[in-house]
Amino acid sequence: MQRTKFALLVLCVFLVTPLFSQSNITIGFTVSKTGALNVDSLEQYRGFELWRDQTNAAGGIKAGGKSYQIQLVSYDDESNSKRVQQLYTRMILQDKADFMFSPYSSPLTATASVVTEQYGKIMLTTGAAEEKTYKLGNHYLYQMFAPATQYLTAVLDALKAKDPKASVAFVYEDSSFSNAVVTPAKPYAQQLGFAVGFSEAYAPNTTDFSAIIDKVISSKANVLLGGGHYADGSTLARQLYSQKVPLKMIALLVAPDSPQWTELGDAGLGVIVPSQWEPQTAFKAQYGPSGADFAKAYTAKYNTPPSYESAGGYAAGLILQRAIEQAGSTDTAKVSAALNNTDITTFYGRTKFATSSADHGLQVGHAMVLAQWQKDKSGKMVKQVVWPLAAKSADMKYPMH
Amino acid sequence: MIDGLMVGAVYGLAAMGLSLIWGVMDVINLTHGSMIALGMFAMYLLFSATALNPYLLLIPIIVIGLLLGIVVYWIAVHWVVGRSQLMSLLSTFSVNMMVIGIGTAVWSTSPYNVPFSLPGISFGAYTFTGNHIAAAVSALIIAMALELFLYNTRPGKAIRAVADNRDAAELMGISSTAVLAIAFGIGIALAFGSGALVSTLFPFTILSGSVYQLKSFVVTVLAGLGKPLGALAAGVLLGLLEGAVTPFIAVSWIPLIEFGLFVVALILFPRGIFGRATA
Repeated sequence: MQRTKFALLVLCVFLVTPLFSQSNITIGFTVSKTGALNVDSLEQYRGFELWRDQTNAAGGIKAGGKSYQIQLVSYDDESNSKRVQQLYTRMILQDKADFMFSPYSSPLTATASVVTEQYGKIMLTTGAAEEKTYKLGNHYLYQMFAPATQYLTAVLDALKAKDPKASVAFVYEDSSFSNAVVTPAKPYAQQLGFAVGFSEAYAPNTTDFSAIIDKVISSKANVLLGGGHYADGSTLARQLYSQKVPLKMIALLVAPDSPQWTELGDAGLGVIVPSQWEPQTAFKAQYGPSGADFAKAYTAKYNTPPSYESAGGYAAGLILQRAIEQAGSTDTAKVSAALNNTDITTFYGRTKFATSSADHGLQVGHAMVLAQWQKDKSGKMVKQVVWPLAAKSADMKYPMH
Repeated sequence: MIDGLMVGAVYGLAAMGLSLIWGVMDVINLTHGSMIALGMFAMYLLFSATALNPYLLLIPIIVIGLLLGIVVYWIAVHWVVGRSQLMSLLSTFSVNMMVIGIGTAVWSTSPYNVPFSLPGISFGAYTFTGNHIAAAVSALIIAMALELFLYNTRPGKAIRAVADNRDAAELMGISSTAVLAIAFGIGIALAFGSGALVSTLFPFTILSGSVYQLKSFVVTVLAGLGKPLGALAAGVLLGLLEGAVTPFIAVSWIPLIEFGLFVVALILFPRGIFGRATA
């Protein structure tokens, strides 16, 4: 009798153990806690963090009969690509990270991808829209953001509907991301019949835009497109406002999407940002939380609404989680195959990766929206989706003031 | 051009501090950039705490700069005055690195703003912001005050005497050590003042001072060493040059032109453009 009981007990242990067996998955990435990219990077980090907390609280990632708790390993890259190179190597070799997320920004991600590909690690990139990195024959790189070419083409389409005779000035950061956005936008603007009155790139650490602003005024352009990241974009908007430049539309990359934009006050009103995601864009999620649930949980945790960088961070986690679940394993080859087959809509929108060798990992499913800072009825600054018209939450203000 | 003129006055003020220290004690002060950055943060902190008019806050900021300068003199500079310039370069560079290290730990390298704006003046489509005008006027007032101090007060005359001939000044009963400490303090006070003014114009980080330090070098070389008022004039000249060439070339070429000018000035006017007249 005792033997039977013991045998049953052993059997139970063997049967039950796999059901409750818990392991850890380590995901490594760097955050720009300091330096020029710190605002956008921190928002992205919060997205990763919220995804980890919610997933772990729900029992972790369940794959192949195992349950994996997510551990994040991260370091400050100081917005510096040399640090990125050192730290990604460290996370792979010393911290034994199983998967990687990208740093924030295209240049830092390009640097990180050299290391992750060298060690054959999957890296989901977010906050890195420049297409070039995905056209270098990489095997384990997967892009969450819609590619850079989409940023200003959407703005030009919206402008065409409002003012087909506008004169456009391009003023943009001399960085790989902004160049990747503006280079295809210029011929597209001309193709749509706009006059391109002025175009100039500025150094990434520029703080005094007065000379460039004088040139914009002389060019008689009435629409300004460009910017780069938060530090330069917010400064440019402030100086355009304080110098009373008579513009009907300002569309800047990245910076106006941050909730911190409200600090600009009237200088930030009317400014448009091409956005990867806005809380108002109500996609029916096939996987993960709804947009409203995500925004609510995010706001409750951080006392600030999520930006598209935050949404991109959270969505990167979701897509990796789903791929691990589909693969039933944390094996790189199996998870990579699952990512290649991904075509799913989450709160963030559709996600699908290119799988040809020419552009493997490039995002081909996601589409952008345009958001504009407007005042609501109580006079508070809010971001409204103004394009595409089918998804708008308010009409675009044109002229902006 | 007018924008350049206004910013140039602030460049000039920044360079005056470097020029004074260089001229009086033959020390190339590499803490200059970090002290300009500390001036920016001093303005940010005082403005955030008191919400007073930033131009009033210039007075306590300059006093803080003066005191800090005297402290830095006793810690890092006193021991190297009169020794090889490499010693003073290394010593002040060390202080610079410490300030930047502490500043990065406290404030990170993220940008800060002083959210204050004065109404500007418009001419047609062009508007000159009130902050630029006020910064230029403040810079000129501070520069004039320094000039009056140097030529009309006993300590000012003592500084000039020590700069001209330290041994002779000692023989006349002037304590050169005290004079050097005060001169260094004034140099740092000017860096603080210019940093505080820049903070009302542009966003800044703890690393922002290096740009103004480089411009200060160009201005000091243009003006000739130890000629504070010449430095102000050369600063305005540099600002004007920036304003004059930017309509014709991309802004990113400006540093190339400035440093090209630096080399040309070194070759053609080794004692500075204003060197011969006042030497």
